[in-house]
Amino acid sequence: MELTDEKINELKKKANDIRISLIESLIAAGSGHTAGPLDMADIFTVLFFHTLNHNPKKPAWPERDRVVLSNGHICPVLYSTMAHAGYFPVKELKTLRKFGSRLQGHPHRDFLPMLETSSGPLGSGLSQAVGMALALKIDHSFTSNRRIYALLSDGELEAGQTWEAAMLAGKEKLQNLVAVIDRNNIQIEGYTENVMPLESLSDKWRAWNWHVIEIDGHNIEEIADSFETAKAVFEKPTVIIAHTIAGKGIPEFERDYRWHGNPPGKGPTDKVPADKQAKVALAELRTLGGKIESEHQ
Amino acid sequence: MFDKKVEQVPIRQGFGEGLLAAGEKNLQVVGVCADLTESTKMNLFSEKFPNRFIQVGVAEQNMASVASGLAAMGKIPFISSYAMFSPGRNWEQIRTTICYNNQPVKIVGSHAGVSVGPDGGTHQAIEDIAITRVIPRLMVISPCDSIEAKKATMLSTDTGTPVYLRLARDKTPIMTTEDTPFEIGKVQIFWHPSEGRTKPEVGIIATGALLHKALLAAKDLEEKGIEVEVMNLHTIKPLDEKAIIDLAKRTGKIVTVEEHQIRGGMGSAVAECLAKNFPVPMEFIGVDDDFGQSGTQDELIEHYGMGTKSIIKAVNKILKR
Repeated sequence: MELTDEKINELKKKANDIRISLIESLIAAGSGHTAGPLDMADIFTVLFFHTLNHNPKKPAWPERDRVVLSNGHICPVLYSTMAHAGYFPVKELKTLRKFGSRLQGHPHRDFLPMLETSSGPLGSGLSQAVGMALALKIDHSFTSNRRIYALLSDGELEAGQTWEAAMLAGKEKLQNLVAVIDRNNIQIEGYTENVMPLESLSDKWRAWNWHVIEIDGHNIEEIADSFETAKAVFEKPTVIIAHTIAGKGIPEFERDYRWHGNPPGKGPTDKVPADKQAKVALAELRTLGGKIESEHQ
Repeated sequence: MFDKKVEQVPIRQGFGEGLLAAGEKNLQVVGVCADLTESTKMNLFSEKFPNRFIQVGVAEQNMASVASGLAAMGKIPFISSYAMFSPGRNWEQIRTTICYNNQPVKIVGSHAGVSVGPDGGTHQAIEDIAITRVIPRLMVISPCDSIEAKKATMLSTDTGTPVYLRLARDKTPIMTTEDTPFEIGKVQIFWHPSEGRTKPEVGIIATGALLHKALLAAKDLEEKGIEVEVMNLHTIKPLDEKAIIDLAKRTGKIVTVEEHQIRGGMGSAVAECLAKNFPVPMEFIGVDDDFGQSGTQDELIEHYGMGTKSIIKAVNKILKR
C-alpha cells in the first residue's frame, strides 16, 4: 500500500486517538503501565492500519499475519489499537483490568481469543514467534507471504531466553520473522544502561545473523519503510530497533522511568500533582501538546 | 513377568517408537529437542522426518515457548529433554506459554527417577510429578513400561491438551503386551488375589517401572498368605478417582509406590483424593525428602527404600495400623 502524505497524516491522527483511548482506559483502571504503551502507539498504528495482512471482522482468518506481543504489560496500546481497528468496541477499553473483563491486566487468550498469545512474564515472546515462523517454514518453505511480527521491550532483552530464540531464528534463517524492539531506554527500576547495559544492541543481533534496521520509532514513514524493507530481506530474520521516547505524547511524562508501571493519578508528582495527572495527560493528547485548540478550552 | 530373565527395555524406547508411529499417521506432528535427540529416542522420528524436526540446542526454555508457537499454528509438537531440564528448568515457560496459553504441546521428560544411575543426583528428576500436576490443563502420564509408553505417546497426540509424559532411562521389565488395554485417565488392576482366596487386605498403587517391584511384592505376600491388589496408576492427572476410591473401599488400606519425592507426588495425589472421599490409612513409598546420587539402578532403588522389600515392609506395617 502506498504511503501518501494524506495517509501519513491519517496514521498520525489515528496514533493520537489510540493514545487518548489507552490513557482513558488506564485512568478508568486505576492501575497499569503508561510509558511503554504511549511510546509504542505509532508502531502499533502503522502495523495494524497499514502493514498487517489481517481482518478484524474475521480474527481467526488462517492466512493472517501474526502479532506476538512479548512484553504483555504494554497491552493498553494493543487493546486500544485493536479496538480502533474494529476487533471490539472502543467503549470496552474502559473495562481494562476489571473483574470479568476480556481485557485482562496482562493479555490472556482465554478471555480474548483473538489474541495470538497470552503474555506477561518477560522474555518468552520471541520464542513463540520463532515457533510460528518455523511452522510456516515447515509447511511452505518461504513461499508463503504470511509474516510473523514479535514486539519486544528493551528491558526484557536481559532475559536470556530472548537470546536463545535469536540464535535459533538466525540458524533457521527465518526471513518471515520481524522483531521490533521498543528501545525506550527505561525499565521499572531505572534506565536500562544503569540496570543492565544492553549496548551495543545492534551488534548483538548482527552476531546472531539478523538483519538490523534502526529507526525513529515515532516517524510514521520510517516505521512503514522498515516493515517494507524487512520483506525484501532473504535468509535472515529482521530486527527493527525502534528508538522511542518513553511516555511519548505527554511531555510531562516523557523520558521518566517512573512512568513505567503507573497510571495517570499514581505517577511521580514532581512535575504534575497526582490529582492533575489525568487531566494534564488527556489535555496534552487532545491538543497535541498545545498545537491545536482543545475542544474543552 | 516374575522370571529373573524377564524381558527388559527402556521406557524411553517406547516413546521413540510411539512418536515415529504418530508422525507417520499425523503430518502435523513435529519433534523439538534440546541436544538430546538420541538419548530421549527422538532420533527415530528425526531420522525419518528431518523436515519436521527442530534442533534448538541446549535451550529448554526456548524449546517450550517455540513449541507453543508451533502449536499456535496447528502443529502438534513433542519436546524432549531430560525431565530435570524439561519440565524442570523451563517450568514457567510450560506454565505460561503452553498451559495458560492452552496450546497442545507434549512435554517428554526422559531420565526421570533415581534409576538414571551413575550420572548422579543433578540428573535424577524426582520432583517432576509434583511440579507438573499442579498446572491446570496439563495431563501427567507415567507409563510402566516401554509398550505402555508407546501407546501413551500415540494417544497423547490427539488429546488436544498439553501433556507431560514421564520416561525413564534404564532398561526395565516389560509387564504389558501390545493387547493390554490402555486409555489415558483409566487405571488398571494388574494383580488380584487368586480365585477362591480371601478378599484383598491392602491396595498397592504404583506408577512407572516400580510397578514391577510392587508385583514382585504382591507375589511374595501371597505366598505368605497376605492378599493384596496392585493398581497401575499410569495417569496421575486427570486422576481416575472412582477406581482409587473403589480400591480403598475394597481393601481399606493403601500403599503408594513411585520413584519420586514422597511430598507432592503421585501418593499425594491419591491422598488428596482419599482424604476427601474415603479416608483410609496410607503408607508412601518414594524418596523421603532427599536428593539422588551415583550408583546402579538396583543400588539406588534399594538405598532410597523403593524396592520389593520396602514395599513388603510397608504392607506389613499398614496391616498393623
